[in-house]
Amino acid sequence: MTMSKPVETTRRQAVWNDPRLRAIVYQILVLGGVLLLGWYLVSNTLHRLEQQSIATGFGFLEKEAGFGISESLIAYTPADTYLRAFLVGVLNTFKVGLVGIVLATLIGTVIGIARLSSNWLIARLAAIYVEGLRNIPLLLQLFLWYSLINESLPGPRQALSPLPGVFMSNRGLYLPAPVWQADYGYVALALIVAVVLALLLVRWAHRRQDLTGQQVPLSLLVLGPVLGLPVLVFFVLGAPLQWSVPELKGFNFQGGLSLSPEYAALLTGLTLYTAAFIAEIVRSGIQAVAKGQSEAALSLGLPRSKVLRLVILPQALRVIVPPLTSQYLNLIKNSSLAVAIGYPDLVSIANTTLNQTGQAVEGIAMIMATYLTISLAIAAFMNWYNKRIAFKER
Amino acid sequence: MTRTRLLTAITTALTIAAGTAALPQAYAGQTLDAIKQRGTIKCGVNDGLPGFSNPDSKGEWSGLDVDVCRAIAAVLFGDSKKVQFIPLNAQQRFTALQSGEIDVLSRNTTWTQTRDTTLGLNFAPVTFYDGQGFMVPKSLGVKSAKELSGATVCVQPGTTTELNLADYFRANKMEFKPVVIEKFDELNNAFFAGRCDVNTTDRSGLAAIRTQLAKNPDDYVILPEAISKEPLAPVVRHGDDEWFDIVKWTVYALIEAEEQGITSQNVDEKLKSTDPNVQRLLGVTPGMGKNLGLDEKWAYNMIKQVGNYGEIYERNVGKPLGLARGLNALWKDGGLMYAMPIR
Repeated sequence: MTMSKPVETTRRQAVWNDPRLRAIVYQILVLGGVLLLGWYLVSNTLHRLEQQSIATGFGFLEKEAGFGISESLIAYTPADTYLRAFLVGVLNTFKVGLVGIVLATLIGTVIGIARLSSNWLIARLAAIYVEGLRNIPLLLQLFLWYSLINESLPGPRQALSPLPGVFMSNRGLYLPAPVWQADYGYVALALIVAVVLALLLVRWAHRRQDLTGQQVPLSLLVLGPVLGLPVLVFFVLGAPLQWSVPELKGFNFQGGLSLSPEYAALLTGLTLYTAAFIAEIVRSGIQAVAKGQSEAALSLGLPRSKVLRLVILPQALRVIVPPLTSQYLNLIKNSSLAVAIGYPDLVSIANTTLNQTGQAVEGIAMIMATYLTISLAIAAFMNWYNKRIAFKER
Repeated sequence: MTRTRLLTAITTALTIAAGTAALPQAYAGQTLDAIKQRGTIKCGVNDGLPGFSNPDSKGEWSGLDVDVCRAIAAVLFGDSKKVQFIPLNAQQRFTALQSGEIDVLSRNTTWTQTRDTTLGLNFAPVTFYDGQGFMVPKSLGVKSAKELSGATVCVQPGTTTELNLADYFRANKMEFKPVVIEKFDELNNAFFAGRCDVNTTDRSGLAAIRTQLAKNPDDYVILPEAISKEPLAPVVRHGDDEWFDIVKWTVYALIEAEEQGITSQNVDEKLKSTDPNVQRLLGVTPGMGKNLGLDEKWAYNMIKQVGNYGEIYERNVGKPLGLARGLNALWKDGGLMYAMPIR
């Protein structure tokens, strides 16, 4: 197309014809409209609630909750406030979410690598795992795990005891646990010192390698002090150890460490389900690294384990981390399905609260704010990590 | 780019606005007007509690709470079939009523001071006097609720049951572990699978679970203690007193009919009765229907199609669950069922 003569470019444009100005005006209008709508929604809700004489505000958080919660990381009785009950729920969500993320990542990575195995059987089994688990709704899987635990295990009086002190029944898994001793503070302190020491040693080793090209076995450098120092302190203190062994008293086992069927079912369901997705992400990440990379590394004479660790994985991680983040967020959000099998997570407790107080708007707002905070925190951490492992162009 | 952003913003705004437009208008008379215009009553019921509200394989609802809804429909429209049953769980029920999704909640709901005052609701007269109890497997050998310290208890969330349970154990300095599952069926499955030592809910509910859901009802016992008062009543929201009156006097008319000995079988004969109380109730002497803004045949239609309170009780609770009338007998038989005078 040939350009015709530029038409009167010199004439001053009218203000309303300036596209940049118009764009700004439109954006102000839209923003104003959205704000107005938000204000209308909030004031309308408050007005209606008042009109129907429904209590509003967060004053109820100070009141006594009055209901029991089956498991809690902090001390809780029905005489505590709704706020504390809510906190118990948030911690329970963390308890299942964080452990779930770690386990799902481990299982997912193993399955993902297994899918690429040259062994036909292993690759097939991994494929069946992925296709089976990610295509069945999570809720059904949770029901399956929960009823498997409930129906297959005997009652507490007939509990299975695979090892002395370990009991499995439909009340959960009970393990002996060491009782906390005052001296353990020193052991914990030793652990912290050891970790700092290990970090310093690693830095020293890196610098040494940079300068001289000589390598130091890193795993020894890290594991040595981290394991050794606390154990040493423990024995120096005279090995103070006292076990709390679960014992059948009345209706149930008392003492020791316990894992409830609800927690076990939820953790199993969430972990295995999310691991299937993570496996696919790991597989695609590894496949995204060009074959020439491993061939080049091998021809340099690097052993296979180092090829994977030093060449393939660092490049694969750049592809893996962003979708992995959204799987972590999914796992946290899916943990709200706990309601269905009676694990007291934050949704379960907030639901009970809003139903006892009748303040649904406040309750739902608290649930949403909490999930948003958790999700944003995880996303922020993963973004930071992603930036750290991103290609550094030199 | 600007255009797409603008479009997104507008669509979002419209979606939210559509949501708000669906909010109910809660001015006086509006609930009743809406019902009349719609031609059916939206009645919130339990999603499955034998004896109170339970759908059969054809989707036909039956139960005491369900029949109360039918009675209201018969009173208002002269046709007990003009009800739409909306199954609700314990947590949805009040929000559904407050938001106008249903017109009346007839769902074994306990009348408490907090609910009556802070939720913007009005309670109609009690249709069933219940009390919370405990059910345990016989094999546990427990004879009294006082022996339950340390037990694991299955309980539905968001109920007064959950609070009474905690209160009772606190008051008696006992410990317990709750297993809180929302879905009634899942909860009972957990109990029958042995996940809990104890199942707790209203004693009528326990009787229903024991007779209808247990593989062998004789393996389970309901402990003698009733640990709470549970007056179950229909509920309406604030803002329409006319509608509240209709629900209230429907319940009274059910009780009054039993007291006067009027049943679905003999209601036509009773039209010829010379008793002024019967004549007023059945509209032979006009006035009572007009007071409520209804047809004079309101109570007649209700009794003819649904029956009186005693009939409803026997049909749904008495026979199938084997529960005696107890507190739910008429006042003159030593119970608490007492209708205010219809005059």
